[in-house]
Amino acid sequence: MSKIAGRFQQLAAQGRKALVPYIVAGDPDLASTVPLMHALVAAGADIIELGVPFSDPMSEGPVIQKAHERALASGARLRDALAMVATFRERDTETPVLLMGYANPVEHMGYARFADQAAAVGLDGLLTVDIPPEEVAGVNAELHRVGLDNIFLVAPTTPKARIQSIVDQASGFIYYVALKGVTGAGHLDAEDVAQHLAHIREATTLPLAVGFGIKDAESARRVGAAADGVVVGSALVETIARAAAQGANQEELLRVAAELVASIRAGLDSIAS
Amino acid sequence: MTTDINTKLFASVPDADGRFGVYGGKFVAETLMSALSELETLYRRLADDPEFQRELDEDLAHYVGRPSPLYEARRWSDRVGGARILLKREDLNHTGAHKVNNTVGQALLAKHMGKRRVIAETGAGQHGVATATIAARLGLECHVFMGEEDVRRQALNVYRMKLLGATVVPVTSGSRTLKDAMNEAMRDWVTNVDDTFYIIGTVAGPHPYPMLVRDFQCVIGREARAQSLAQTGRLPDALVACVGGGSNAIGLFHPFLEDESVAMYGVEAGGHGVATGEHAAPLTAGTPGVLHGNRTYLMQDEDGQIMHTHSVSAGLDYPGVGPEHSWLKDVGRVNYVTADDAEALAAFHDLTRTEGIMPALESAHALAYAGRLAATMTPEQTIIVNLSGRGDKDIHTVADIDGIDF
Repeated sequence: MSKIAGRFQQLAAQGRKALVPYIVAGDPDLASTVPLMHALVAAGADIIELGVPFSDPMSEGPVIQKAHERALASGARLRDALAMVATFRERDTETPVLLMGYANPVEHMGYARFADQAAAVGLDGLLTVDIPPEEVAGVNAELHRVGLDNIFLVAPTTPKARIQSIVDQASGFIYYVALKGVTGAGHLDAEDVAQHLAHIREATTLPLAVGFGIKDAESARRVGAAADGVVVGSALVETIARAAAQGANQEELLRVAAELVASIRAGLDSIAS
Repeated sequence: MTTDINTKLFASVPDADGRFGVYGGKFVAETLMSALSELETLYRRLADDPEFQRELDEDLAHYVGRPSPLYEARRWSDRVGGARILLKREDLNHTGAHKVNNTVGQALLAKHMGKRRVIAETGAGQHGVATATIAARLGLECHVFMGEEDVRRQALNVYRMKLLGATVVPVTSGSRTLKDAMNEAMRDWVTNVDDTFYIIGTVAGPHPYPMLVRDFQCVIGREARAQSLAQTGRLPDALVACVGGGSNAIGLFHPFLEDESVAMYGVEAGGHGVATGEHAAPLTAGTPGVLHGNRTYLMQDEDGQIMHTHSVSAGLDYPGVGPEHSWLKDVGRVNYVTADDAEALAAFHDLTRTEGIMPALESAHALAYAGRLAATMTPEQTIIVNLSGRGDKDIHTVADIDGIDF
């Protein structure tokens, strides 16, 4: 069993939901990312989703776009994100880590080379926003060779008939995109999310995490009830960015990030199992 | 290679998955996948529907003003020497460029899908103007995404779009040019996918766009082929067109692909010169990768990040290219070459002074290469250059370069 699947199983046994925070590797600078990852875990994160900076982050709203721009300006690239995972693993061998990003940096590195390096640094999974099941054969062959999970998105616009073709390619968990739009947009409709999650559960026993639009303890609690976990991206990235813009030092950055994650942890833990 | 094999080869792309060899495909976020499938299903049905074809032909004839002339540029040919040069006058279309051939077609698709809102990305503004134009005619709400840098360079077209009732959205992310406008249009589409049709302006993007934009632009080549036979009694020896995303080039080339005697040249923007790295020539100096929904040649760095491009012409200032061009390069059917900023500007002035035709700076790249090519050929030979747009929109850019302040 993969580390990601194991973590979900362990949480389910405890009647708890997975909290998956997202930060961009190298935002606001190269040195902060690994300390941030440890701080997020200490504050209650179960799985870390590390964004790989890309020049053209097409699915991101303004908050995460700017994070990609800051990270690129600080010099962070895919190989740096992998190096950060290696450093993180020196102190934390338990918490699953996945990279989230776009096809081209991975494609350019080469699927085989990426898989080898990912396995070597102790990465657990990959989520590429713009590689749908129709295009995934090449990358999946390499990820499976080294035992990495490939996390797929299911959207509100995904027809029921198509869900099966997605979950057939997926492992680890399924990431349900809670709204039509880019990251950080709009308002969540918890009932609508619950209905879609029910459709996905008809097709798979994989755990379901919900992301896009979860910003605080309350939204995490509402959406988390029907899910196995939640992803928090823009709200966390914005919290870090605001502190950095005000000249916060690393210690303060870690503190504000941990505060948000801890409050969302409390929101999730308030869901009666 | 025999004609029979060629016929099968060129008619075989894209395949059912939208691939041109290893290029093309559908590399988009899951939210858009069903919208793309819906578009493909509708398009495949309407492409064979005589009523849809009649509607399209009527628009092309009476709204766009087709067929566009094939004009022999005698004085300019004499000046450059060698082969006879004929210009396919897409600049004479309504709105002043080839872009409208495609927007008319896609707007009809939007109408059939019952969408009330259209969006578009634009670089030079020609596709934005063509989209705003057809939106005005059909009463559709229209949002055009344009890089802030291009808004500055193409102020005239920005105002034209506003006059037509469109909302022009300046894009301030990334390099603030065409690629960022396309990112932003994708973001809008993913948010408003229920009521919005994305009119992509070039033969790039996720399947089925490269196929359907090609099909709508092929009217250029079909007309040019018939006009060449009627006016010169033979097929041309060479075709030349500029390539940014590559829609005017594919439109001219495609109906000739099986004519083995016809050589083809796609001219990319050499910018300050390919050797300087400041250019927009992915087929000449790039490598394959994935951007904007398709696998194709890209200008990217050693980490797979998309590079900033440079061209004097906003319409060619794009780091990718349509996937069919990538395939045509690899199979060796089309030669991809470059003309730099200075050559394009010289051709702009030359054609204006010798023929009284002011070309768009994009088209001037094709002219510059055609001039070079013609000089190596004989007066018995002919070249067709796609004069893809008129140069009025570029007057400020040219004046700036010439140090003239209005």
